[in-house]
Amino acid sequence: MELNNRLLLKGNEAAVYGALLAGCDSYFGYPITPASEVAQTAALLFPKLNRVFIQAESEIGAINMVIGGSASGRRVMTASSGLGISLKQEGMSYLAAYELPAVIVDVTRGGPGLGNIGPEQSDYFQLVKGGGHGSYKCLVFTPNCAQEMCDMTMEAFRMAEKYRMPAYVMADGVIGQMMESLTLPEPVKYDYDPEWKMGRVVNGEANIHTSIYMEYDDLEALNHKLQAKYKLLQETEQRCEELETEDAELVIVAYGICSRVASGVVSILRKEGLKVGMVRPQMVFPFPTNALQKIVNKCNVKTFVSLEMSAGQMIEDIRLAIECKKPVHLCNRMGGHIPNCDEVCDAVRKIYNEVAK
Amino acid sequence: MSEKVKFGRSPVFFETFNRKPGVAKKNMHYCPGCGHGILHKLIAEAIDFHGIQKDTMFIAPVGCAVFSYYYFNCGSISVPHGRAPAVGTGIARSQPDSYVISYQGDGDLGAIGFNEFIQAANRGEKITVFFVNNSNYGMTGGQMAPTTLPGQVTTTSPYGRKVETDGFPMKISEIVNALEAPVYIERVALTTTANIQKAKKAVFKGIKNLKERKGFSLIEVLSPCPINLKMNAEEINKFIEEKMMKQFPLGCIRDNSETAVPYIAPPVIRDAEKVRETLFPRRLSEGVAADFRNESPIFDQELRVKLGGFGGQGILSLGKMFADMARLRNFNVTWMPSYGPEQRGGSANCSVILSRNRIPSPMISRDCDLMISMTQTAFDKFGHELKKDGILIYDSSTMKKPDIEAGVIFGIDALQIADKKVGNNKVANSVLLGALAVILEKKGYLVGKDVADYDKVFEEAIRECFSKKPQVIDANIAAYEEGKKAALENL
Repeated sequence: MELNNRLLLKGNEAAVYGALLAGCDSYFGYPITPASEVAQTAALLFPKLNRVFIQAESEIGAINMVIGGSASGRRVMTASSGLGISLKQEGMSYLAAYELPAVIVDVTRGGPGLGNIGPEQSDYFQLVKGGGHGSYKCLVFTPNCAQEMCDMTMEAFRMAEKYRMPAYVMADGVIGQMMESLTLPEPVKYDYDPEWKMGRVVNGEANIHTSIYMEYDDLEALNHKLQAKYKLLQETEQRCEELETEDAELVIVAYGICSRVASGVVSILRKEGLKVGMVRPQMVFPFPTNALQKIVNKCNVKTFVSLEMSAGQMIEDIRLAIECKKPVHLCNRMGGHIPNCDEVCDAVRKIYNEVAK
Repeated sequence: MSEKVKFGRSPVFFETFNRKPGVAKKNMHYCPGCGHGILHKLIAEAIDFHGIQKDTMFIAPVGCAVFSYYYFNCGSISVPHGRAPAVGTGIARSQPDSYVISYQGDGDLGAIGFNEFIQAANRGEKITVFFVNNSNYGMTGGQMAPTTLPGQVTTTSPYGRKVETDGFPMKISEIVNALEAPVYIERVALTTTANIQKAKKAVFKGIKNLKERKGFSLIEVLSPCPINLKMNAEEINKFIEEKMMKQFPLGCIRDNSETAVPYIAPPVIRDAEKVRETLFPRRLSEGVAADFRNESPIFDQELRVKLGGFGGQGILSLGKMFADMARLRNFNVTWMPSYGPEQRGGSANCSVILSRNRIPSPMISRDCDLMISMTQTAFDKFGHELKKDGILIYDSSTMKKPDIEAGVIFGIDALQIADKKVGNNKVANSVLLGALAVILEKKGYLVGKDVADYDKVFEEAIRECFSKKPQVIDANIAAYEEGKKAALENL
């Protein structure tokens, strides 16, 4: 019977399809709203291909199982949300130090504390700035639809391995919960043992992983190595989508569900004759500095708006990227509210008109 | 397997410890009189005896044994404090060829990592755990451990462990014995030659179980820590034999090694064709070509559908059916459920948007083209979002005809029709979709071939939605026909 690759899936489900298509062998996770469908879908699908699904005893257990699976040379993943990701930060720091790849899906929710299950993007700092102890970074993909939940999860596996570092797929609650039509890509075959596989014999000695460096020089050397890698990433792997930025006087920067709202705002305000554009980071580390630099150096742009569901987290990176050459305004909602198109239009119109004066 | 070593160093150890910083490359970093060296040697001998060195993965804890990879020439990882059994689980499951040894101390296993340990034991992970119990935290300079004896002075119990406030020593092996899964639990001590011989037997059995994939083995080792406990060799042996053994009696606590059935994980399926077969849905209908476009002009714009009611009325699944019908006709579609506290409050609503272009926000707060309202509450909340020329279908049994401006306002008692005419009140959704078919046709929204195609795509969506419950398909199709009939009579 003929197979069909066109599906209707929740973002959370699409991430699991992406993982299996990318050759992910093991899923280790703990249930948490609004990320639970990731674990549920993995529990349903992984065993069908004799792959491993374990409902871990805790978020900490899950990320440490991920460490074990990755050290074994397999493609492995976990998923959680906000407070669960906070618990995983110790393991994230170790993954960065071991230089081991892994994919972690964060379907963000409201905080701080227990917060609520509504969508927020307030995990930005903990994902983008390191999150745990030590000077490290993780790749952070920011899908804005079910198709990208699938595609970016696959890409996260590839990039995590290429650069030997953990990669987050950062989806807010809406992107995780929303169901959309998507086209499944073809499966990738992953059946080789990577060079970092624990126990693999190199020069007569079995491979090991450690993150303890008693000699200060050795630990400093590791830090230099990691920073060089992050610098290379920042120089070569920025990803973003631009919408009507060519002649824009005001540029909205938004990712995840906010970018969907912003694209609607741009088309409404363009019809009113306002020269508004959008930059949508598809990754927030590395941050799309080049695109923003290019825009800020054009004489037409007068101001930027950071549209986010957090208290002004990404706005700091926008200001750094444009070296504060133009003002950046914050337009945000928190607590689980999704900014609606009309209120963003009002806010952007107001800023636009003030700047035009 | 290499030749048996009677004298000299086990081949599982490096000949010189080149990973160890400093000039002393021949001896271990442990303090004089420490038990780790003896236990390392017993484990190395057992690994060698059973010929599993190549696939052994030795997990170094946070504790004095953090540098075990200076000595053991096998796969190794030094892990976060206490997490060894979780990391071990990840290794053993992801790489079933490996033999995982988790080597942990008092604080690592009994305190900060107790949950990881006890849960791995409870899952019956096929790993062997060596628990080194020396009654204190060695690496950090002799602080109180979960195993510190009552009254014992440490740097963080300077007045002695007070059972009233610090509790009693944790008897780890006995706690593990309360679980069903573990196959082998034994407590040994590294004091006299006789005890070390018994310890060797236990270590060999633990490694044999590992090799044969029998299940979870725990060997608790009472081990001397003379430097931190400020004792000489004689005193530390006396302390273990007279004081520790009273709290922690030696002996085999459980041994199901002989009867335990080995578990071998099935091989991972990586074949691309099998992956496709598993993930890609089977095409159940002939469908339409990739370039198919419905001809009715209404489909040239984005169409926004809002469905509202209360939980159990099938609002969310009605939305999914809409979305599926759109997907089957090459539309981009979003389905967004009520999400947040409302989800728990009894009311249910969802938004469906279909478009030939990319859909901006999946949320609907105005300009709704079609609204189906199953309760007055839902209508009161969302009614204002309907366009002036939009279509409203409402449940005539739960709400009165609303006095609003709209293109079409149509009331139907879908639940009653499903119940009385089809005999299945779960198919009210299909009654509504049938009524909608008539409305769209009679009011001129659907033209040409799209009229007949609506029936077809409904059936395709139903067959895909319920491919695993064929008995439901016929009921839905019957309900759809009843919905059409009711609409023809009342429109």
